[in-house]
Amino acid sequence: MLEINSVTKNFAAKKVLNEVSLKVNEGEFVSILGPSGCGKTTLLRIIAGHDKPSTGKVFLKGRDITLDEPHNRPIHTVFQRYALFPHMNIFDNVAFGLRCDKKPESEIGSLVNEVLGLVNLQNQGARSISTLSGGEQQRVALVRALVNRPQLLLLDEPLGALDLKLRLQLQQELVAIQKKFKTTFIFVTHDQQEALNMSDRIVLLNKGVVEQVGTPHEIYESPQTFFAAQFVGSINTLEGISKEKVSETELQVSVPGIGEFKTECNTVGPNTTGHLCIRPEKMMLYSKRPSSVPNVVEGVIKSQSYLGTYTQFEVTLKNSQNFIIFQQNTQKLPKKVFKNEDSVYIGWQNNASHFFKK
Amino acid sequence: MLRTFSKNKNSLPTALAWFWAASLVCAPMAYVILISFMTRGPYGGVVMTPTLSNYSKLFDQGLTPLIGLAVLRSVLMAAGTTLLCLLCGFPLALFLVFKSGRFRNVLFFLLVIPFWTQFLIRVYAWMSLLSDNGIFTQIFGSTWLFTYKAIFIGMLYNYLPYMTMSLYVNIEKLDVMLLDAAADLGASQFMKFTKIVLPLTFPGILAGSIMVFIPALGEFVIPDVLGGGKKFFIGNLLAQQFLTARNWPFGAALSVVLILMVAISFFLLSRLGKGKELEELI
Repeated sequence: MLEINSVTKNFAAKKVLNEVSLKVNEGEFVSILGPSGCGKTTLLRIIAGHDKPSTGKVFLKGRDITLDEPHNRPIHTVFQRYALFPHMNIFDNVAFGLRCDKKPESEIGSLVNEVLGLVNLQNQGARSISTLSGGEQQRVALVRALVNRPQLLLLDEPLGALDLKLRLQLQQELVAIQKKFKTTFIFVTHDQQEALNMSDRIVLLNKGVVEQVGTPHEIYESPQTFFAAQFVGSINTLEGISKEKVSETELQVSVPGIGEFKTECNTVGPNTTGHLCIRPEKMMLYSKRPSSVPNVVEGVIKSQSYLGTYTQFEVTLKNSQNFIIFQQNTQKLPKKVFKNEDSVYIGWQNNASHFFKK
Repeated sequence: MLRTFSKNKNSLPTALAWFWAASLVCAPMAYVILISFMTRGPYGGVVMTPTLSNYSKLFDQGLTPLIGLAVLRSVLMAAGTTLLCLLCGFPLALFLVFKSGRFRNVLFFLLVIPFWTQFLIRVYAWMSLLSDNGIFTQIFGSTWLFTYKAIFIGMLYNYLPYMTMSLYVNIEKLDVMLLDAAADLGASQFMKFTKIVLPLTFPGILAGSIMVFIPALGEFVIPDVLGGGKKFFIGNLLAQQFLTARNWPFGAALSVVLILMVAISFFLLSRLGKGKELEELI
C-alpha cells in the first residue's frame, strides 16, 4: 500500500537518506530499526509529509503523495514525545482530528469514548493532560491518531520514554490494537528487542541506507551485512581470510593464530578478508576437544555470570580476543560446571556462523 | 506572594522585595491618596486641611463632561494602541521566532535599539517625519501631524517593543512538535493558528496587553506633541493639574481615579486569564 521509491534527502551537504526504497503491505506491522542518526525519523517525516524528499517519490495506494501537505494525507503519526495539546483535556485531544474533519459533535462523542475504552481510559475524557502518567499519555497519543482511522499509522519511538516493564506491556497492547484495527503500522525504533518482538517485518537502516529488509527471524538468523549481524543481537567476531569454496554454499575461512573454520556463505568469493561472526547462544563449551563438532577453538574462561535461565561466559582466545558465550541452564546442577581459568573448547556448527566481506 | 514569603527559608531577598514594594509602590501611593483629601495652598502648595472637595469637584457640572471625555478618549486610545500593537506585534514575534533564523539576535537587537535614545527625542523625531516637509507627507500627500493618525503612529512606535517582547518570550516556548501534530491530524494553517498557537500564547497576549494598555492609559506626551495638544486625555489633565495649575490635591484625586480604573481593568483582564496564568506572569 505504501511504496517509497529511491528517496534521497539532503540537509545542507549531509545526505541523511540515500536511495531508500521500501514497500509496505496492507495491514502490516513494519519496524524501521537503526541507531540514532541513521535517518529513520527523517524517513518517517517524509512519509508523513513534514519533510519533502530531495529526490525520489512516495506512493500511497498507487497515488503519488510526495508533495502533498501533511493535513491532506490519510496518514497520522504518534510522536516521540507524544505532542499532546497541553491546553486541552483528553477528550479534546482525541477529538482534534475529527473536529478538523468537521464531523458532527454527536458522532465525535461516541467515536472518542469508544477508542478511550480500548485503552482503559473510559470516562476519563475530562482529565487534564498534565495529570497523565507516561503510559497514559502514550495511550492518548495512540488513540488520538487511530480514532481518525488513518490508512497508515506512523509511530516515532513511542515507547522510548517509558520504563522497561511498562514498555513491554505497551508493546503487547500496541500489537493487539494493530490487529484489531487492521491498520498498517510503521514503527520507528532504535531498540532491537522492541522491533523483534512486535514486527511482521523489520527494515534495518544505517547511515541513510537500507541494510536489510526481512522478518525478525530472517534479520536475526540470516543477517546480510556485518552491520545487521552486529546491530541486532550480540555477536562474536573473528577477522579472517576466505579460502577455496568447500561446496556451493560453504566456505573455508582461515583465522591467523586461531585456526580454520567452515561457514555457510555464498556471497563472498575466495581470498577475501572479512569478519567471521557467531552468535553467543549458538556455541557450546566443552572441557575436552569434541570430535563430532566441525568448528572448535581453544580458550580460557575469564569470567562468568549466572543469570538464572542461562550463564554468560567470557572466554579469552589464544589471540587474547574475548568471546561471549551463553549456555542455557537446562539441567539443575548442584555447582558450577566450569571454574574461571579453566581451559575450555568452544564448538559450533557450520551453519551457525556468517562471513562478511570487510 | 505571601505564600512564598512564609515558605521561604532564605528570607533576606524576600524582605528586600517587600521593602522595595513598600517604599517604591505603597508609600507614594499612600501619599497621593493622602493629599487627594487635602486642600490646595494659596500658592500651589498642599495645606493639610482635610476636605472632600477634590472629589466633589470631579462631579462639578463644568468639569465632569471634560473629565469624562478625557477618560473615554484615554481608554479608547489605550485600547486602540493595544490592538494595533497586538496586530503588528504578533506577526513580528512569530517571524522572529520561526523565520528569522540566524538573524534572530540581530533583529531582536534592532527592536531594542530605539530605547537607547531618549523618549522625547524619539517622539520629536516622529514630529519631523510627519511634518509638512516630512517623508510621510510627501508620500501620502497630506499632513498627518496633529491628527489621531499621528498619535496612533507614535503610540504604536513606542509601545510595540513591549508587546513584541512579551509575545516573543511566549511564542519561543511554544513546542513546534504540537504544530506538526496538529497538521498531522488534519489542521490547516488557519486552524493551527486558532486552535494551537492562540490558546497557548494567550498568557503572552495578556501580559503584552497589560504592559501596553496600562501605561498607554496615562500617556500624555505623545498626544501632546504629535496630536498638537488639542485633544485632552486624562494624562494631559493630570499633567496640567500638577505642572500648570499647580493644584496637587485635585491632581491627586484625578490620579486616584486613574489608578482605580487601572485596577479595575487589571482585575477584568486577570479574570479573563483565569487568574492563575496571570499570577505566573507577574
